[in-house]
Amino acid sequence: MPPRVPRPAVRLSLRRGNLLLAVAWGVLPLVLLALAPPTHHAVGAEVAGADTEASLSRAAASDGSARIDELIARGWQENDVRPASPATEGEWCRRVFLDLIGRIPTVAELDAFLAEKSPDKRAELVNRLLGGEYAGEYARSWAGIWTNLLIGRTGGTMRQSLTSREGLTDYLEAALLENMPYDQLARELLTATGDARPDMPNYNGAVNFLVEKLDEGGVQATAKTAQLMLGMGVQCTQCHNHPFNDYRQNQFWELNAFFRQTRVRVRRDDDPDVQTRYATLYDGDFLGEGTMGGRDRRTDIVLEIEDGKLVDRGAGSVRAAPIYYELRNGLVRVAFPVFVDGTALVDLFADRGAEYGNSGRIAEVNRRQELAKLILKSDEFSRALVNRMWAHFFGYGFTKPIDDMGPHNPPSHPELLDELAANFAASDYDLKELMRAIVLSRPYGLSSQISNRNADDDPQQGRPPLFSRFYLRQMTAEQLYDSLLAATRADATVKEDMRDALKQRWLSQFATAFGNDEGTEATTFNGSIPQALTMMNGELVARATRTGGGSFLAKIAGDPGLTDREKINYLYRAALARTPTREESKACNALLAARGGDVPETLADVWWAVLNSNEFILVH
Amino acid sequence: MFYRPPAGMTRRHFLEHLAGASALAGSALTLGGALRANAAQIKKNHKACILLWMGGGPPTIDIWDMKPGATTGGEYKPIATAGEAQINQLMPNVAGCMDKLTVVRSMSTREADHTRGTYYMHTGYVPNPNVVHPSYGSVVARESQVAGLEIPPFISIGGASEGPGFLGMAYAPFQVDPNGRVRNLERSPDEARMMDRMQLLSILEKRFIRENRGSAAEEHAKVLDSTLELMTSEQMQAFKVDQEPESMREMYGTGGFGRGCLMARRLVEVGVPFVEVSMGGWDLHQNCFTTLEDKLPELDKAMSALVNDLSERGLWDDTVVLWMGEFGRTPRINENAGRDHWARSWSVVAGGGGLAGGGVIGATNEDGTRLETEPYSSEDLMATVLAGMGVSLNTTYTATNGRPMKIAGGGKIISGLLA
Repeated sequence: MPPRVPRPAVRLSLRRGNLLLAVAWGVLPLVLLALAPPTHHAVGAEVAGADTEASLSRAAASDGSARIDELIARGWQENDVRPASPATEGEWCRRVFLDLIGRIPTVAELDAFLAEKSPDKRAELVNRLLGGEYAGEYARSWAGIWTNLLIGRTGGTMRQSLTSREGLTDYLEAALLENMPYDQLARELLTATGDARPDMPNYNGAVNFLVEKLDEGGVQATAKTAQLMLGMGVQCTQCHNHPFNDYRQNQFWELNAFFRQTRVRVRRDDDPDVQTRYATLYDGDFLGEGTMGGRDRRTDIVLEIEDGKLVDRGAGSVRAAPIYYELRNGLVRVAFPVFVDGTALVDLFADRGAEYGNSGRIAEVNRRQELAKLILKSDEFSRALVNRMWAHFFGYGFTKPIDDMGPHNPPSHPELLDELAANFAASDYDLKELMRAIVLSRPYGLSSQISNRNADDDPQQGRPPLFSRFYLRQMTAEQLYDSLLAATRADATVKEDMRDALKQRWLSQFATAFGNDEGTEATTFNGSIPQALTMMNGELVARATRTGGGSFLAKIAGDPGLTDREKINYLYRAALARTPTREESKACNALLAARGGDVPETLADVWWAVLNSNEFILVH
Repeated sequence: MFYRPPAGMTRRHFLEHLAGASALAGSALTLGGALRANAAQIKKNHKACILLWMGGGPPTIDIWDMKPGATTGGEYKPIATAGEAQINQLMPNVAGCMDKLTVVRSMSTREADHTRGTYYMHTGYVPNPNVVHPSYGSVVARESQVAGLEIPPFISIGGASEGPGFLGMAYAPFQVDPNGRVRNLERSPDEARMMDRMQLLSILEKRFIRENRGSAAEEHAKVLDSTLELMTSEQMQAFKVDQEPESMREMYGTGGFGRGCLMARRLVEVGVPFVEVSMGGWDLHQNCFTTLEDKLPELDKAMSALVNDLSERGLWDDTVVLWMGEFGRTPRINENAGRDHWARSWSVVAGGGGLAGGGVIGATNEDGTRLETEPYSSEDLMATVLAGMGVSLNTTYTATNGRPMKIAGGGKIISGLLA
């Protein structure tokens, strides 16, 4: 691999770019140049001296993209599959807007992209979406995605909840805005202490990841941390050894032991009508689960009588703080902090004394800090993130499901996964660089159309994905909401601080929590009837199709520079990034006649139909 | 091309035109399916099923298979019932109708994690990364094509249930809250306008399907059709529990589960073949017994009302009622007066339809930690329930991965449970 370059700290210049650098580094075998679409590897521009950082960054991304292209193409050859043709410019543009900033492009944005002549236009658009004028939207969109991952769609939405959803989202947005390296982000989430709500004095939004996962000794904190940070499904090892892999029950509890110093302090509002609860996460001494079945299991108690009082001389010395768990046969076992790879804290701290590493005293061993170090050092850390990111952009990860990785679930493209993970770590855990490499790759730019030569590549049929075409998937509820707002500017009149609340309220109708100790959830925004009802009759689309003064449709209808046909074309481009077919134009004209020539009302009908279509809601 | 209907257009008229505009060629609407349709004409070839889903894993050792005197016995006493079984003292009303229900005390499964257990008990298959199996409701919906039914054949009240898997979104659970409110049901424009819009929408849908980008495009059109049909259906009244007399609502209980059970009866009456009613909050790792003090009376009221009401209406022999969760709970009582997840020896309850009532099947040992009799699996239970509904166990699906997939995971009939 070529040497890694530091992340650009300054804004990128958007015009100039140069991929010759990548070639000069010798990372593009000639055969790849032949395979890859021309836009990615436009060779021939001269080397520009200025703005080296932008060039370097782009070269790094293009390097990553080239390896993706190579290793994915190898899978096609091995499986005798021919990739789909490239997606149209409009399709690609819509796709990349949705995946990077969570909404479809406006007509102006789409037109600007289509009109752009630069051979490097895709890379330039991606750089703009990840930085520059779109940096805020990028951060907001991904803060939403990470919030859902960390606390679910229902986390913090109940009145009595300890979690401050807003607190977490604000924290994440700030972190993503500065492109905080992912290892730092993960460390902060794992080790955070402080107040959950932004209106509290020691506010640290990162505490909201764990603040409501500490019941029953932190079972959820354990499972969620393993799932998100390590791509490991350990939930069921809480009660028994994993049925199909090597995860053992003791590993769950040894991992769980890292969370036993973590505590929550709760303060209620003085006003009984306001049910707000103020939560603070902190670390405190954990002296071990002292009693089991009424017997004291502490082994280091040294009782002495001093001045007529009983004094525990053991206190203050290093003491092992154990936890206990029960096997299915009823036997009780003890556990101390041991990471999933077998690294025990007693070994790490062996030079300080035999039992030192098992101490639960915060001054001696801060277990969460130690856990964060171990997680960040592990191979699984980068692999889990890369797999998750890949699934975000392609609809399928290298493993299915993405968060149950391990020897029992081999990845579809092991070499690529390893390489992307290594590059990610080497890039200082730069999320944007990883995204850039993915979206500028050839597979990401393929059409979603199925051909005879790639019909077999269907992960829905349980086969490992070959990524020989873009797999159709549905927009999330969040993407739909933001897309409609961007297209219609429906919230232009809403105060900024109210916008998130409105969005949350709308989103909340789709989420159901199962109310068990795993925090499982389901969404009805899944292509089922409730979603169709929302789209056909719901307030969001009703607002978008309003024709009153100042509305989006009234403005288009009243634009003197547009013919009726152009007005309809505008709606098609706004929603679908294409113009109507002849059949559709005919149907639109018939609508205009049926509305007695009333243009705004006709536009409302067209807009409604377009927004309700499969083509709109499916990312393709 | 566009038709302006006279004022006061009827539902039938509307649907006739929608049929032309259906998003999907060959769908129910284009076949004129909407022209059938009133409750009296409902025709179905199978019985219905109401699943009472106890999400979180109920402590069946405290409810249906009590161990008084054992260290694992807990705080409650059993009472005699109208059937063979003795059950918890907090369930006197259910005790009175145990002649109609059978307790299976010899369930033994391996999935003691909520997500996996919920999937397994709903589908008869353990989770598999390569294929998603259809749940009970989706299988029944598919097998019991009900002529004249205009609302979804699989309805889940107060919970998400499990999905249709490879059978496709047309068999997905339709989820409602126990108040029966269905959001966004009211059409915004008038019917004529809606028809006009549907004309254009159907062109869009068909074009995108023709582009051959994957099954999601066609699934979308199918769901659009079902949605249109439901929007105009009188059968939607079945969700409106408030139309029942107050005495009836009182009988079921006015909590979420009681309302859900009453709604289930109304839905079965209009022809819905599968209804799941969720009662959550059974994940009793802590304070098991104080919590049961609240939960069991609510369960008692709703479940007994359902059994009695179905019987009085002559629906009992056509309606299977199945009570289960994803697993049971540990015989051992933990230090928080709770019970943890336990799948090795636990109970379910079933009756109605073609199932037997009054008996007890299987037994656990004296402290409930082991089975003394032949173990039964989710597959066996599902096979028996489907058989009790008249669904053929020879049914085999071809999953999306091309493999044949036996209905109910190839389970065997639980002898004694089928009447």
